[in-house]
Amino acid sequence: MELYKLTGHELLKKLSSKEITSEDISLALKKRIKETDPRVKAYVRTDKSGTEAKRIEARDNSALKGIPVSIKDNICTDGLNTECSSRILTGFKPPYDATVIKKLKVSGASILDLKTNMDEFAFGSSTENSFFGPTRNPWNLECVPGGSSGGSAAAVASDEAIMALGSDTGGSIRQPASFCGVVGLKPTYGRVSRYGLIAFASSLDQIGPITKDTEDSALLMNIISGHDPFDSTSACVDVPDYTKSLGMDIKGLKIAIPKEYFVEGLDPQVKSSIEEAINELKKLGAEIKEVSLPHSEYAVPVYYIIATAEASSNLARFDGVQYGFRAEDSRSKDESKLISMYKDTRGQGFGQEAKRRIILGTFVLSHGYYDAYYLRALKVRTLIKEDFDAVFKEFDCIVTPTAPTAAFKIGEKIEDPLRMYLSDIYTISANLSGIPAISVPCGFTKNDLPVGLQILAKPFGEETLFRVAHTYEQNTPWHKRRPTL
Amino acid sequence: MNYEAVIGLEVHLHLKTKTKAFCGCSTEFGNEPNSQVCPVCLGFPGSLPVLNKVALDYAIRTGLALNCKIQEFTKFDRKNYFYPDLPKNYQISQYDLPFSRDGFLDINIEGKPKRIGITRAHLEEDAGKLIHKENTSLVDFNRTGIPLLEIVSEPDINSPQEAYEYLTALKSILEYLEVSDCDMEKGSLRCDANISIREKGQKQFGTKAELKNMNSFKGVKDALQFEIERQIGVLESGEKVIQETRLWDTKELKTVSMRTKEEAKDYRYFPEPDLPPFIISVEKIAEIKKSIPELPKEKMLRFVKEFGLSEYDAGILVASRRDSEYAEECLKAYPSKDKKAIANWLIGPLLSEANNRNSNICGLKVLPKGLLELVGFVDRQEISHLSAKAVLTEMIDSAKGASAIIKEKNLIQISDTGSLNAAVEEAIKENAKSVADYKQGKLNALMFLVGQVMKKSQGKANPKVVQEMLKRRLADA
Repeated sequence: MELYKLTGHELLKKLSSKEITSEDISLALKKRIKETDPRVKAYVRTDKSGTEAKRIEARDNSALKGIPVSIKDNICTDGLNTECSSRILTGFKPPYDATVIKKLKVSGASILDLKTNMDEFAFGSSTENSFFGPTRNPWNLECVPGGSSGGSAAAVASDEAIMALGSDTGGSIRQPASFCGVVGLKPTYGRVSRYGLIAFASSLDQIGPITKDTEDSALLMNIISGHDPFDSTSACVDVPDYTKSLGMDIKGLKIAIPKEYFVEGLDPQVKSSIEEAINELKKLGAEIKEVSLPHSEYAVPVYYIIATAEASSNLARFDGVQYGFRAEDSRSKDESKLISMYKDTRGQGFGQEAKRRIILGTFVLSHGYYDAYYLRALKVRTLIKEDFDAVFKEFDCIVTPTAPTAAFKIGEKIEDPLRMYLSDIYTISANLSGIPAISVPCGFTKNDLPVGLQILAKPFGEETLFRVAHTYEQNTPWHKRRPTL
Repeated sequence: MNYEAVIGLEVHLHLKTKTKAFCGCSTEFGNEPNSQVCPVCLGFPGSLPVLNKVALDYAIRTGLALNCKIQEFTKFDRKNYFYPDLPKNYQISQYDLPFSRDGFLDINIEGKPKRIGITRAHLEEDAGKLIHKENTSLVDFNRTGIPLLEIVSEPDINSPQEAYEYLTALKSILEYLEVSDCDMEKGSLRCDANISIREKGQKQFGTKAELKNMNSFKGVKDALQFEIERQIGVLESGEKVIQETRLWDTKELKTVSMRTKEEAKDYRYFPEPDLPPFIISVEKIAEIKKSIPELPKEKMLRFVKEFGLSEYDAGILVASRRDSEYAEECLKAYPSKDKKAIANWLIGPLLSEANNRNSNICGLKVLPKGLLELVGFVDRQEISHLSAKAVLTEMIDSAKGASAIIKEKNLIQISDTGSLNAAVEEAIKENAKSVADYKQGKLNALMFLVGQVMKKSQGKANPKVVQEMLKRRLADA
């Protein structure tokens, strides 16, 4: 039996019955990566001999003892390269573990010594903006896996990972989960510590699980959630046992369908999969009703102002002074050596999309433009959040497509940033309003590409997400299908 | 033409918290470069700031002591600029909602009170220190992240002396609050000045220069004086003052142009997303208010009232908090109702001993009890004022008590007329001319005779007693 095909909870059972050891899993997984990753390219720096992630000896009854977890290249791992798939962080080995990594280690999980690919600094929706080159969609190697956590999603979908962590600023967990046919959860803002997550947009970023099914997602959430004194934006809200939400039915649950999400731009095949899923939920006892989220159309512009503003400041530290890439032999014409070092380092170290966003963010924060862009965007952000608050007064959750299309071809949108930005049109609002959202597989297009269903709940309503997602999953076959590689 | 200077001061103050503003690193001064750093203050990718609560308390404390309004809803902002001493290339600071604003500080200028407005006082993090070598520059990040309070005054200051008084009064308050070491040499207090001049009576401000690099209060005063004269010179020669930053050259004692502010910097301030906005509760403010000690001005007025001192004398005694506590202990324990004598001891011999030793009164290690014992000898006329001063010096040097020194040196004055009789008679006999002069009304002659008796007693005679004896004796004859 191929152990790498199993989920985390399936492996835990085998481990506890001593049928297998954690070394068996680790060997099986390494073999699988060796066989398929040259085609999928879910991981980065695979040619370099991996440095073993520092381990913490966990207790025998630890929740994830022996389960390997794959980590996105923007989450700091002590002594293990963390480069955000960017040239500018070449060789950067963090001297510390992100809080989520610490928690995983304490839970007995083994941190894979390979990091998963991503769009540079999480800027993108296709994982094409990686210094290491694109990751491919395991369902069709010509297609993108989505992004920015495309490496994590592709690794899980291709059985190159048992479970993985990604990060989601505007859909970067859910959209690739949808494209790769796996489960991706963006927790409530503040649910999971951001300490050690290399920031893209601090007010929007959240770390979350990408897994083969909802049970694994709940298992991971049990471990990584909770207040962290090292992150002032993490919430002091108790963490329930999320696995208790699994197996509960959804009879009488009130589900809202926002009409603004079913308009032009939504692929008809995706639309019909979502409609079928909604029917399924109805059959399972949920009450479905159409609602309006009137400010939805502003989500994309608001997001690209706030996210780029924060990113332009967050990325200022990559200047070649302390760590990472530094341009040598700077041309020093009339400028001071320092200024040309800055310019060359950043000019050569950042890719196209990173530069585009830094310039955009710098512009919207500039004197004379701040009020018109940034301040206005903050106000509209509040309106978007209020739209959701109003719906959650009456409804338990909202169901939408995760993305307007299934996976697109590599190179199809890379030259057209605006079209690329629209692939996050359904996921961005959850980040702007801080609410949790999950994407679960809900069907396939005619070309055998997965489609994802997005479920959103009010802040700290992850239990509702698991309840709906798990019930749906138990009654549909989609999550069981795996690509042939 | 008659000119007037318009001066505003920006004081940057290191708050003396044990740890930095946003991480747990030590703030200790003078250690091995880069030995007090962590991922947070180094701005490593993924690290996040967490506000030091003590720094916040100190900031509010200072704001309250400077009569500021405390902002209840407040937040931090990012100030974005590239510089190698700033590891994140942005500084966590406060932009539009500083913790405190609209306060004031009262100073005394030529005996008259003057109120200087405080625009704002906000909290931010300090940057690192660049050390320039021949071909390279090195960065020491130990200072990076130390909590810094920026106190900005209104342009209410009109002379270098007023600036000096403002800084002195500010430092005195800060010392009372125990929020900062206020040591300009160690960089725990830095002061920049904005200065412009205008014709007296003119409402509009002139073009200002920003002065930096002054490393003492006197340096601030001197730099401002130089700059006033320079700017007047520029205007008198028919030219215009240009807006620029000028450095005070401590060797040449002049200001030199550093950079012109033609391209105004755009710091692209925006709310710091890693530190959510927060509310400083009314209860919290009240609690901090309670913890503020009696401040120099109040203490000065109380000393005037309780001990009958002049405002001037009381003002000197309260300048430093610890010395004022020392002074109060002495004033209270001093047995006489007239406290002037002990106050004079404190302001006179004690303070000058302290100044000579580059210390404060407390640092002299003479306990109030010891001082009072010494002053007791003088008041009982057992030793002369002159020898008492010498005893004080010895007390400081040797840490011995007053009575031990007096005994050792045999300084007790002879006030017993019986013992002095022989010397008085001798002096009269030996100085017939002076006796005659005195009888003719020359008072100086009496002082000469007193001096002769003193000599004969090897300085131990009580001069007052001797004088009385001589007067009586010569009146009889």
